Amino acid sequence: MSDRTYLIKGADLLGTGRTDLLLEDGRIAAVGKLGDAAQAAMIEADGLVALPGLVDLHTHLREPGREDAETISSGSAAAAAGGFTAVLAMANTQPVTDTAEAAERILDLGRAAALVDVQPIGAVTKSLAGEELAELGLMARSRANVRVFSDDGRCVHDARIMRRALEYVKAFGGVISQHAQEPQLAGGSACCHEGELSGRLGLPGWPGVAEEVIVARDVMLARHTGSRVHVAHVSTAGSVEVVRWAKSQGIAVTAEVTPHHLLLTTDLLSGYDPVFKVNPPLRPQEDVDALRAALADGTIDAVATDHAPHARHDKEHAFAEAAFGMLGLEQCLQVVTTTMVQTGRMTWADVAAALSTRPARIAGLAGHGRPLAVDEPANLVLIDPSATGTIDADASQSLSRNNPWHGRTLQGRVHSTFLRGRATLLDGEVQK
Amino acid sequence: MKHLLSAADLDKDQVLELLATAEQMHELQDREVKKLPTLRGRTLVNLFFEDSTRTRSSFELAGKWLSADVVNVSAKGSSVSKGESLRDTAQTVAAMGIDGLVIRHPASGAPHQVAQWVDASVVNAGDGTHEHPTQALLDAYTMRRQIGDLAGAHVVIVGDLTHSRVVRSNLILLQTLGARVTLVAPPTLMPSGVQSWSDTDGFATTYDFDEVLPTADVVMMLRVQKERMSGGFFPTPREYTVGYGLTRDRLQRMAKDAVICHPGPMNRGLEITADAADSARSLILGQVSSGVAVRMSVLYHLLGGANV
Repeated sequence: MSDRTYLIKGADLLGTGRTDLLLEDGRIAAVGKLGDAAQAAMIEADGLVALPGLVDLHTHLREPGREDAETISSGSAAAAAGGFTAVLAMANTQPVTDTAEAAERILDLGRAAALVDVQPIGAVTKSLAGEELAELGLMARSRANVRVFSDDGRCVHDARIMRRALEYVKAFGGVISQHAQEPQLAGGSACCHEGELSGRLGLPGWPGVAEEVIVARDVMLARHTGSRVHVAHVSTAGSVEVVRWAKSQGIAVTAEVTPHHLLLTTDLLSGYDPVFKVNPPLRPQEDVDALRAALADGTIDAVATDHAPHARHDKEHAFAEAAFGMLGLEQCLQVVTTTMVQTGRMTWADVAAALSTRPARIAGLAGHGRPLAVDEPANLVLIDPSATGTIDADASQSLSRNNPWHGRTLQGRVHSTFLRGRATLLDGEVQK
Repeated sequence: MKHLLSAADLDKDQVLELLATAEQMHELQDREVKKLPTLRGRTLVNLFFEDSTRTRSSFELAGKWLSADVVNVSAKGSSVSKGESLRDTAQTVAAMGIDGLVIRHPASGAPHQVAQWVDASVVNAGDGTHEHPTQALLDAYTMRRQIGDLAGAHVVIVGDLTHSRVVRSNLILLQTLGARVTLVAPPTLMPSGVQSWSDTDGFATTYDFDEVLPTADVVMMLRVQKERMSGGFFPTPREYTVGYGLTRDRLQRMAKDAVICHPGPMNRGLEITADAADSARSLILGQVSSGVAVRMSVLYHLLGGANV
């Protein structure tokens, strides 16, 4: 398979016009009006848009520790099905990815699955406990070449630890991806957006300000330390305002938004269905509108899935006791197509920037997020923007079924994905 | 009506019918033989995920006086820690071929979720800080017996509204019956989003108990949980009582025929003084005795159905 060459005929290159692409030896060998190549497998790409392979800054693959919910192999298949060629695997596994050895293990398992580049994220603090720095430098020097560090699932809430982490990673060009949740304002029982609906439902709420105060603190710490901070899963209009201000001041802050925060709102919780329980929680429409605008104007740099598979028996509890998180890899591009492209807010070139170029740059992944041009790595995705489909949770590569998009009709279909010239998804079929 | 999960499940006619049936059931309590054969052969399970002796025994008696077979199942402790999901627990109990499932759960929404997973009728006997619809029914029943039709009556509910399941059910049910409701609490104990909520649903809120006290026909005092007192919700119990307690002084400033409710258990001296709790205006003991009758009515309408 890996030696195969592909001739993609007539794909719309980032929405700028139709062209042919020849993928050979892992690279893009030719672009333009190309004649038939005898050895190449031909892909008729009439009506398909070609984008650089997607890069997810925020994926939970659950291995090691919760292989009943997802494995690196199954999560990689879900990533390929969603058009991704690289995913950053969050550190909150069991054991936590807080050593070089743990990070290399994930890298190796990803290579063995061979469907997507699995780049480990290192924990900021040992065991995600928020107390002592993990071996950030050893993880950076390891074969896994870790550059993104995060305690995601938990906030690095101690300002002194956050300051030290930001300072320390400057030595090797690292970035701290922060799960912004002030734990006194949004404590352990907080399970949904604090507002009228949480008042009516009697659910302990998590106010937007608990995110905003951490984002505000962290951009000031980034300014003070001259380091880079990345805000994971921004969920409120207030956080957007802070990030926008920080960027205007030249502070090195980047931010991501999840597909679910671009489309789903807190009113879905009225039936207490734990599929819609996620952290940070689904917010009201005003926040969704602000997030869409911020993604369109570049205040938010990237879309990242926060793909969070959970076994059924971890979700089928009372709402307050059920696990946080929802699937995201397979429907991400469709959600962005539906909310941002179809509505005219973003062009395909904008989508390429937000789902590939910028996340690759934030993560320091040299081989990803590259232009679709001759001699570049053949990492790309073909999407059929005119197709629509009703999402079926059971038709998933993930081992889990906590799919918030089940039963919804979304625009677009991921047709094929290529990782260094090898098809990982071909006409909707994962190529294991 | 298959389930009773929320006071919002009931329209005005249904409430009035339930209360009328409750009155008939209430009369039974004065008889020497209290049993009716209505639910003979039906099985009712009280599935309690947290302790509540009063509510459980009230449902148990209600079921027994209607001749149902009643089983109490205590499932205390987090199902998460036991490794069994709520769905497993509920379906296991339901698989025994029961007709009704009365659920008390420390987490809001649990009975709603269970109702989607089992065939039996589900009655919400209190879920987290969400609702307690049979408590609201018995509160309304008790109020109506004392002051008559609640349409236009002014009901003032005072206390820890954030953490009260009673207030949510009462708010809904009292408004269904046409009462005018005012919620009173310090800002830290108001439910989140109460401003827009009250605008939408048409009730009033105030931080000033004394402002609304003289116009109240019913003053409902809610328990302030001990664990809230150190949580920074208010500075001291003493300060709470001065601002929001039904003190002897406030008792004297109530309107002439106004009455006092408290769903219990009371913190005498904190939210209510003994003078108020034991005064002639107090319906508190009546609330307890109405409990069984109201729950008999609910079980009768849910499980007896038209074929009784």
